Amino acid sequence: MLRLPPFRYHRPATLAEAVGLLEEHGGDVMPVAGGTDLMPNMKHRLFTPGHLVALKGMPELKGVEVVGADSDPGMGYLRVGAAETLTSVASHGEVRRLYPALADAAGHVAGPQLRNMGTIGGNLCLDTRCTYYNQTEFWRKALGYCLKKDGTVCHVTGVGKKCVAAHSADTPPVLMTLDATAILVSAAGEREIPVRDFFVADGITNTRRAPGEIVAEIRIPMASASRRTAYEKLRARKSIDFPLLTVAVAAEVDDTGVVRSLGGVVTALGSRPRELSGWREIAVGHPLDEALVDALAERAHAQCHPLENLPADPEWRRAMVPVFVKRALRRIRSA
Amino acid sequence: MTTSSRKVKSNQHLIGYPQRKIDGVEKATGRAVYTDDLQLPGMLHGKILRSPHPHARIVGIDTSRAEALPGVHAVVTGRDMPTPYGIIPWTQDEYPLALDRVRYVGDGVAAVAAVDEDTANRALDLIHVEYEELPAWLDPWKALAAKGSYEEGHYIHSPKKDGWNGNVTKKVRLEFGEVDGLMDSSDVVVEGEYFFEGTTHAAIEPHCAIGSWEPDGVGHAGGTGGAGARDPEGDVALDPAGAPRGGKLTVWSSTQVPHYLHRELSRVLGVDPARVRVLQPLVGGGFGGKSEPFDLEFCVGALAMKSGRPVKILYTREEVFYAHRGRHPFHMEYRTGCTADGKLTSVDAKILLDGGAYASFGLVTTYYSGQLLCAPYEMPAYRFDSTRVYTNKPACGPKRGHGSVQPRFAFEVQMDKLAEKVGMDPIDFRRANFIGSDTRTVNELRITSNGFLECLDAVEAASGWREKFRRMPFGRGIGVAGSTYISGTNYPIYPNEMPQSAVQMQVDRSGRVAVFSGASEIGQGCDSLVAYIAAEELGVPLEYVRVMRGDTDFTPVDLGAYSSRVTFMLGNAAIDAARKLREKVQEAVAEAWEVKPGEVLLAGGRAHWAQDTQRQMHIREAFNLAEARFGTLGATGWYNTPKDVHGEYRGGTIGASPAYSFTAHVAEVEVDPETGVVTVEKIWVAHDCGRALNPVLVEGQMEGSAYMGCAEAIMEAHVFKDADHGREGLHGGPSLLAYKIPTSLDTPALESLIVESIDPEGPYGAKEAGEGPLHPSIPAVANAIYDAVGVRMDRLPFTPPRVWRSIEAARGAGVLGKPGFAMEAGG
Repeated sequence: MLRLPPFRYHRPATLAEAVGLLEEHGGDVMPVAGGTDLMPNMKHRLFTPGHLVALKGMPELKGVEVVGADSDPGMGYLRVGAAETLTSVASHGEVRRLYPALADAAGHVAGPQLRNMGTIGGNLCLDTRCTYYNQTEFWRKALGYCLKKDGTVCHVTGVGKKCVAAHSADTPPVLMTLDATAILVSAAGEREIPVRDFFVADGITNTRRAPGEIVAEIRIPMASASRRTAYEKLRARKSIDFPLLTVAVAAEVDDTGVVRSLGGVVTALGSRPRELSGWREIAVGHPLDEALVDALAERAHAQCHPLENLPADPEWRRAMVPVFVKRALRRIRSA
Repeated sequence: MTTSSRKVKSNQHLIGYPQRKIDGVEKATGRAVYTDDLQLPGMLHGKILRSPHPHARIVGIDTSRAEALPGVHAVVTGRDMPTPYGIIPWTQDEYPLALDRVRYVGDGVAAVAAVDEDTANRALDLIHVEYEELPAWLDPWKALAAKGSYEEGHYIHSPKKDGWNGNVTKKVRLEFGEVDGLMDSSDVVVEGEYFFEGTTHAAIEPHCAIGSWEPDGVGHAGGTGGAGARDPEGDVALDPAGAPRGGKLTVWSSTQVPHYLHRELSRVLGVDPARVRVLQPLVGGGFGGKSEPFDLEFCVGALAMKSGRPVKILYTREEVFYAHRGRHPFHMEYRTGCTADGKLTSVDAKILLDGGAYASFGLVTTYYSGQLLCAPYEMPAYRFDSTRVYTNKPACGPKRGHGSVQPRFAFEVQMDKLAEKVGMDPIDFRRANFIGSDTRTVNELRITSNGFLECLDAVEAASGWREKFRRMPFGRGIGVAGSTYISGTNYPIYPNEMPQSAVQMQVDRSGRVAVFSGASEIGQGCDSLVAYIAAEELGVPLEYVRVMRGDTDFTPVDLGAYSSRVTFMLGNAAIDAARKLREKVQEAVAEAWEVKPGEVLLAGGRAHWAQDTQRQMHIREAFNLAEARFGTLGATGWYNTPKDVHGEYRGGTIGASPAYSFTAHVAEVEVDPETGVVTVEKIWVAHDCGRALNPVLVEGQMEGSAYMGCAEAIMEAHVFKDADHGREGLHGGPSLLAYKIPTSLDTPALESLIVESIDPEGPYGAKEAGEGPLHPSIPAVANAIYDAVGVRMDRLPFTPPRVWRSIEAARGAGVLGKPGFAMEAGG
């Protein structure tokens, strides 16, 4: 069995204590929630922090509840504690009722045992993945390492300029289409950032979370609950596997079937989830008929250019973009 | 006959009825002991340093810094074990650790033993190996075409003769009948090119071994061997450094072949075989991946001898992928001819086997690639021309259905193509070519019992074939395939005249029966088998039987769990021993009752008189009578294969088996024409196992085989990076996340249909069931895909991108759609 590198495990009782530990051991510390991503990565020596700060057991990071909607049901938000497990998010009654695509996405992460440990906050912060990166130390050394870790060359592009490891999390695309925000807490205070601004196009570090920050909660506007949503995932097997492509779509469609708003996000292609552009212009004010579905799928196809960062035929993955976009849109139409 | 529903329990008999495995409860409850569960006092942990290069010369190894690390007790390199080994005596081309050359990324070069795993890993980092890189040969065609010298790295191994290509392990070309003439006069000839991607076993238990060395005794069993005692012959009593080897070496291993491991440990480590003990704890699956000695078993022995402490090595999952010995990638070209009314005329095959860095079982694989194709269909003429080459990748070897799964895939697709061309239903086409029972194949293999027609009938009826074939909507398809496999080999791996399998059985006054079995229990149930047989023959309840197993100090030799030999050979050995004892018990009871011995029945825990079954006694009393009459009751039983049944040509002994099993599959698939995703909905598998000694275990083997074949059809690919993708020779992803095997959600429904042909030589008529049922899985899926969407998948695996490309090509050519209804008129 691969061995974990040595580290000291901290188990703070409060969020304040946790961010204090992150500050105290800055540069040599990482937070760990379910550990389903971090532990194998540590065994592969992708991360070797001297300290780990456990995020479990803190009441501030738990709970799923509607906040601030007392006076107006259309106001307020659903608060999801970042340490809620993916199983909990996938099966929670309020999540399923208000944002079924989010429950769907959470329920498609990995397999049941991993969802029992993995958290929604951890899924938001999931490290990017690449066939040249998610390998053992022995393997990576034999390769000569890569740009993302210990090396100077990206073996996907053949040059050393930019890491193209793939964003591989299931829930962020849905959260983006729902206008969700994330609350980040550090020793310096708290800030709120839209999930759609949370990611950057850099495979080495693809989020705006500072090393001393902890994702404490996710807020999903109640207003978004009126949207029809759909989530589609392409993967090698029906369980366990990370996505090769995901599509999340959210739309407001009026009683006559006319699109009032529309957003789509694809991921598992580049280093951050991609918001599909040029959709609103052709969709809003029009019925979501098959011609529009085709046109939207065509726009999506034109924007997506998968690389060989994941071990799957990139031409096929590209061809699957319109197929999965169409499937998501048809689900929206029939929702 | 087909057992469509299970037989009910019998109070008198076990054989043929569903039984629990004798180790089932301990396995299900976690009490079962596997090698890695063992902890010995003072035990050290070993690790192996592996080559980061696919092909390189070792210029020098400096282990001094590792040896100086506190906590490190011993370091060994190839120089400590300079004796080559290999499972096939004629192709011993491996060393426990590389001597002067590494041949794949992952080849072992040094090993350390330390107080714990972390220290051992740190010690590996301190070993300096200076390499001189050599050209890497990843493509078998290029390796085959290589010219030059071993020294300059043009060859992976030193050629056996000057002027030969050192990259060729074995060439076999055999021809039976008038291949070219009959091909030319055939009404229909189909030519096809097929590629089988390599796959690996992925047994859930990684390889593990523990070595223990007692310099002054023979140890554990309280033996009395003195210090410094020597082998009387003196030829294995000295190690390379000249130190006397009077001690005793004990190795526990998750091996499938304790006996071969015993021999090779003795030979390579220079220890008298009577002073080597191999123990096999329970094994968490093998599938052929543990069928020969591996570096860790020699290393734990050498490290234990050097350190004086027990040493354990447990492979990481990554190391399991490097140890490999999985299915060879095969490039196959087939020409198959038949008459207008669907009779096969001639078969011509050319095969290139990509063997990886070492020979392993490759000599046999090369023969099997051709020899095992000649049933269940009559072939008037057949030729195969197979070449196995070395490449700088982990060595390939035997995986469930050794050497014959790949050609079976190609051939059964060829059969489907021929059937379509002559306008016959593919099941009828196979029926028309049935070879029959009690016959010889074109390559002179002796076929005895043969239930293949019943297998075809069973899958045809159960699957609703007649309503489905070519009749389901576009995207939905059904396919059929058939196959045969050996029940062990008539000739052992090293030439000898001794029995292939044996047991010792001993009866106690309490009624307890002890069976000493050297057979290799790897989960398939052979310990249970000998218990069932002892209970059946001696009439005791199953709980009265104890099986002492897997210990070369105490159990007689069985050659190991491979080539589907165990039930057949061990079963016959157990019957032999049990009946020797039974006769004594019958005779003693007959004497007491004053009846004929043949009228005494032993069953259900009692002895009965056949003339009046009310006359009976407890089996314990019967045993006591027998012990009083004959003395302490014990017997040995053994089985040896017929040695006069084989082809009269060079290589004619390879493929010769005392009996052959037969299988037919029907697979039903759904193909998504937009994505290329193939969902295997259901597989019906009918298998002629001769006789199902325990139908539960037979069905388990059939389901496991069909599942494994289906996995190879749609997912599995043991692949490597190349120079344009990272680095040549690097494994594509040595982990169970990267190497895809189906989850339970990806697994089809399976229906197992047991066919019993009652073989004349098998124990109670039984033949094999562990490997044969895998073979038709892959071509049945391929043929079903064709029925679904009209594209031929001649290259494995049928992953979504590959199927999608084929569909897109057909769409582009304007020919996408269900295959034609040519057989409508006839069917």
